[in-house]
Amino acid sequence: MKNKRWIVYAAFSLVLLTSPAVLNRYWIDVLNVVGLYVMLSLSLNIILGHCGMFHMGHAAFYAVGAYTTAILNTVYAIPVLWLMPLSGLLAGLFALVIARPIIHLRGDYLLIVTIGFVEIVRIALINNVFGITGGANGIFGIDRPTIFGMKISTPGQFFYLIWFFVAVTIYLLRKLEHSRFGRALNYIREDDVAAAGSGIDISHYKLIAFVIGAVWAGFCGTLFAAKMTIIAPESFNFWESVLLFMIVLLGGRGSIAGVILGTFLVIGLPELFRQFATARMLVFGAVMIIMMIFRPEGILPPPPRTYRLDRTAEPEEAA
Amino acid sequence: MEFFFQQLTNGLAVGGIYALIALGYTMVYGVLKLINFAHGDLFMIGAYLGLTLLTALGLADYLSPFCVIALLAVMVLILVAILGVVLERVAYRPLRQAHRLSAVVSALGASIFFQNIVMLIYGAKFQVYPHDLMPRTVVHIFGMPVPLIRILILLASVVMMVALYTFIQRTKVGTAIRAAAIDQGAARLMGINVDRVIALVFVIGPALGGAAGLMVGIYYGQINFTMGWIYGLKAFTAAILGGIGNIPGAMVGGLMLGLIEAFAAAYLSVAWKDAFAFCVLILILIVRPTGLLGERVAEKV
Repeated sequence: MKNKRWIVYAAFSLVLLTSPAVLNRYWIDVLNVVGLYVMLSLSLNIILGHCGMFHMGHAAFYAVGAYTTAILNTVYAIPVLWLMPLSGLLAGLFALVIARPIIHLRGDYLLIVTIGFVEIVRIALINNVFGITGGANGIFGIDRPTIFGMKISTPGQFFYLIWFFVAVTIYLLRKLEHSRFGRALNYIREDDVAAAGSGIDISHYKLIAFVIGAVWAGFCGTLFAAKMTIIAPESFNFWESVLLFMIVLLGGRGSIAGVILGTFLVIGLPELFRQFATARMLVFGAVMIIMMIFRPEGILPPPPRTYRLDRTAEPEEAA
Repeated sequence: MEFFFQQLTNGLAVGGIYALIALGYTMVYGVLKLINFAHGDLFMIGAYLGLTLLTALGLADYLSPFCVIALLAVMVLILVAILGVVLERVAYRPLRQAHRLSAVVSALGASIFFQNIVMLIYGAKFQVYPHDLMPRTVVHIFGMPVPLIRILILLASVVMMVALYTFIQRTKVGTAIRAAAIDQGAARLMGINVDRVIALVFVIGPALGGAAGLMVGIYYGQINFTMGWIYGLKAFTAAILGGIGNIPGAMVGGLMLGLIEAFAAAYLSVAWKDAFAFCVLILILIVRPTGLLGERVAEKV
């Protein structure tokens, strides 16, 4: 059973990695967008999927990352990829500051507050806060990234850059999932009273989950800025956050494979039906309802955690 | 002083509209613990239906303006209520036993569906209500001019809210709704048909939302298929501000939000008014985590 899963994953990766050879620029670009969303959705998955916090403002952290990169690159000409850690750091710091006072809010109250933050960030960007965000037009002329002197500019090159980071994300998140920290988050999601009773400092763990998710969204922001070379406040609106929220829930909360599949469906599938431009979103809405009715836990809910009996001494070895 | 008074009346009128929409969110939440993200779109459909009925039936030709609006309101209320019940039946009832977030996704799907169907039928452009629908009467209160329509909107929303409140508090059916909101299982054991109660909530909420849609159409004169999101978000904010699930809370929250926005736009900055409303919300939630009138649920932690 476990092997079958791995065969599917390997085949999928192989098809994906060789696909730029046969696809045209447009479709490679679609895959790039999907890659960015995979990374973003996986970062939201830590907060929403693993920890169960209703967070509908993820685009705010994405925006902080993208604008950090854009401003520092256009003003001080710092190479884009060098700014990635800084973008993540600032997004994380921002998350820490805003989440600290609100982390104790219950589900739906947290939801509206995070929506509030994403709207405040967007309005602040439009109003050219501190005079550095370029207002409604945004910032343009962001440099292309370079790796070992090679300039990344074609969709094909970006494909490998973005999916490399996706792969790193998946690897690290798998580690996280099977760590003590990951299990604690799941425990909080399922029953926070029991978790607190077992000695888990709930707000501390929730805050860390929030910050990790935000840092990752900040990294995505750098990639987005580098890919687009132009960023504007409308790329980080409330709808963007809703989209990420839907991807995680449609794919399966807390399931990496589910979230990836969900991204392909939510971002990739509408592209396939571009010729029905006007009606496709109508169908999209209806499909979401139907999918939830038939698979309320998402398309690929995470398999239940299993532990090998002969190795209970090392609970890190979860399947 | 006059400027202040204008902002006050404007804020109250807009606040009344927010409150009406917020009631729909809060009632559904009270009974189902579901944030009905499609509610804003039902409100938007109310505005479009009002316009369609107005132009299709040509009522304005042979009836006085108030009769026209009253008649329109009745028709819009009924149609949107039917839509609300259908929405519940199709998109929410199958998910009643599922995780709460599954129903949220279903609601988002319904919202996208409604928005796009309206866009396909009417087009993406702004639609305009006839200008001469309401006579532009100005009345004087304390010697200061106020457009009549503002007073009527505020009055209409207050009347509807009071009627709803009395209905919920004083009648047997209202008691059933409250019982279902507190404990569905126990309500069922007491012989309450919870499915019926939920259907009723999806009649009242969308009907009020549809009425609010009509009001916005008449007040601002133009409507758009995306306005469901904008007003829906505001009204949801209002519901949370007052304490979601709490009916007087939605009313207070709506009026407060309308006033905050009007004054923030007038005295601080138009560009920042939305941000200001959210800032106030966040500050209030930090101090009172369940909203202004929200009951202090015995917090699990």
